[in-house]
Amino acid sequence: MRRSRARTVATATLAAALTAVTAACGGGSSTSDEGSNDKPKELTYWASNQGTSIAHDKQVLTPELKRFEKQTGIKVKLEVIPWDSLLDRILAATSSGQGPDVLNIGNTWSASLQATGALLPWDEAHLAKIGGAKRFTPSALAATGAEGKDPAAVPIYSLAYGLYYNKKMFKDAGIDGPPTTWGELVKAGKKLTGDGKYGLAVEGGDPVENSHHAFILGKQHGADFFDSSGKPDFDSAGAVKAVKQYVDLLANDKIAAPGNAEYAKRETIRDFATGKAGMLLWQAAATSIKSNGMKQDEYGVAPLPVQAPGSGEKGTKSMVAGINLAVFKNTDNIDGAMEFVKFMTSDKEQRTLNAAYGAIPPVEAAQSDKAFDTPDLKVLREVLNTASAPLPQVPDESKFETLVGTATKELFADAAAGRKVTTESVRKELSAAQQQMRK
Amino acid sequence: MTTLSPPGTSRTEDEPGPPGKGPEHVRRRRILPDRLRRAGLPYLLLLPALILEILIHLAPMAVGVVMSFKELTQEYIRNWDLAPWAGTDNFRIAVDVNAPVGEALLDSFLITCAFTVLAVGLAWLLGVTAAILMQETFRGRGLLRALFLTPYALPVYTAVITWSFLLQRDDGMVNHVIHDQLGLTDSEPFWLIGDNSFIALVVVSVWRTWPFAFLILMAALQNIPRELYEAAQVDGAGIRQQIRRITLPSLRPVNQVLVLVLFLWTFNDFNVPYILFGKSAPEAADLISIHIYQSSFVTWDFGSGSAMSVLLLLFLLVVTGCYLLATGRGRKAR
Repeated sequence: MRRSRARTVATATLAAALTAVTAACGGGSSTSDEGSNDKPKELTYWASNQGTSIAHDKQVLTPELKRFEKQTGIKVKLEVIPWDSLLDRILAATSSGQGPDVLNIGNTWSASLQATGALLPWDEAHLAKIGGAKRFTPSALAATGAEGKDPAAVPIYSLAYGLYYNKKMFKDAGIDGPPTTWGELVKAGKKLTGDGKYGLAVEGGDPVENSHHAFILGKQHGADFFDSSGKPDFDSAGAVKAVKQYVDLLANDKIAAPGNAEYAKRETIRDFATGKAGMLLWQAAATSIKSNGMKQDEYGVAPLPVQAPGSGEKGTKSMVAGINLAVFKNTDNIDGAMEFVKFMTSDKEQRTLNAAYGAIPPVEAAQSDKAFDTPDLKVLREVLNTASAPLPQVPDESKFETLVGTATKELFADAAAGRKVTTESVRKELSAAQQQMRK
Repeated sequence: MTTLSPPGTSRTEDEPGPPGKGPEHVRRRRILPDRLRRAGLPYLLLLPALILEILIHLAPMAVGVVMSFKELTQEYIRNWDLAPWAGTDNFRIAVDVNAPVGEALLDSFLITCAFTVLAVGLAWLLGVTAAILMQETFRGRGLLRALFLTPYALPVYTAVITWSFLLQRDDGMVNHVIHDQLGLTDSEPFWLIGDNSFIALVVVSVWRTWPFAFLILMAALQNIPRELYEAAQVDGAGIRQQIRRITLPSLRPVNQVLVLVLFLWTFNDFNVPYILFGKSAPEAADLISIHIYQSSFVTWDFGSGSAMSVLLLLFLLVVTGCYLLATGRGRKAR
């Protein structure tokens, strides 16, 4: 009797405590909307991995952050986060409200992260503090958030896809110059393939790379993956053609090695730099190629091929790739964060940082530097300015990257295992991907 | 339990208090009757542990359950309170096996079951074999024992990332041995994508968990009295009979716990598949933990992911409960 009563009391206490704790946790985050200035002398900065390694990034950024500290007295705590965990970290920070003050985001995520409300919107007043929107190239600004909304971030590095080709292998195979259509690319690739070497290397096991190529080829086939209201449209005829064409480079044309189907750790760049593959489709790869031991004069860079010579939407040769800098809404040093963004987007820092990473400055005034007059960057800049399109700036964009990218990865795996990849099998994978989008 | 209540306090209680404090004393005694005070002390002492347990263990679970009833998508993760209640929608979608989401979850569940049965079975078999073989003293036994335990002692990331290098198709050592040197296959097989990924996953998982089985069973074997074996030998029992009639029955209680623990670890394992395959596991090796991670983190639908987690928790509770009942362990604990 006595024991059971005590147990009842204990149970009641437990239940009460549980409810209290649950209620406390349910809030998720503080709801302060514009940040505060509680800690004016320090900032936490999450940088994305732009260099050849995390250590390389720290080496590039630390002296610049020291300079910022000297100018403003604000100490910046740097954390370089690898790409495969960056988005998870941002989501965790968003739900807990405990995050960095300033952070890098992949520019394709802008609209998705904008929808979470975690990033400070760059309205006129905020933009004025860093010199106004006019300082940035229009193409880079197009990838900073949904149309008609204040940008969720500002661009700091611009990148574009290019076709990298091995000059010596091309000469030995008797190919005059870089291919301009996919038909020519396949033909050249077949000439280069043989003796354990292949025409092209693709990163088939990496969903994000796959999704980018699906998008670019989709544009060339007139498919958009999202309709005008932002609803997913993954399995349209054009989308199926695009994905099939990309997978066929390995499956049907056989100009890419079957092993490429599991590449997800930048093995493609290694294969290209070591002469195992004659061509590579990559965003601003100069630094990585160099670190794999290939000299700059040994390769050439050209725009990505198209279906047939022409212009307009179907002449899209790259997505607008790049990195944006955002301020976390829950920051406790809003003025310092603004100051830091101003510093990072200043002409001088733009020159230094983009040159170090082999990227193109999205700040127009910084582009006129001879560091960006290298043969590859000239081509990429031209592509970016004239033949690039931003990925759909809709809240569900990040799901597109994962779902379509993973579907393509499965198709590559099928092809590598010797199974046939048909229009029907591609459509089936893409439909399944679309059905994962519940609403 | 009653002996725990300190004698000092109960004695002062019985003494008549000073006249001025009389009424207050009486009231206090009425609010907290002697009986409850004595019974309450152990609970009071347990309270810090209880609070910590609630905070660390139960509260996150409760939050997870609450989340599973909400429509917690990217628009609401910043402020959960605003997320609309979804009722049982998340659960209905998860168990509707005719729709793509439910179908994928069911596939993943079945794969996980097959994987768990295979991995736990093999880990146990290897563990018990090695433990019995290591009973006899021989030269180098200590060294071998240490070697066997290495996979368990290595940090999981280091160990599994090494496996992922070994299993690469073009440059991996596994293919180098079975294709280039032994010529067992016509072409180099893939291990990290496609159907073989299931085999790769089982092998790596067994490699990681069998030392634990080995360690526990080795300790249990030390407790079997040697006289039993001596008596059996005198009666003319062979090695096989000794193992069947003495060793295995004596290991029974340890085995019951060991298999349960291995089952729970293996079924829920996230590290091994994540490090081996990355965020998007191949269909043949799409374990439920990775699947749920994909459903919540990658597609940013935390309500749906939580609902799947709750279902998984219920399943594991049922299995564990049935197992404890069937093995009679539950009764003993009570």
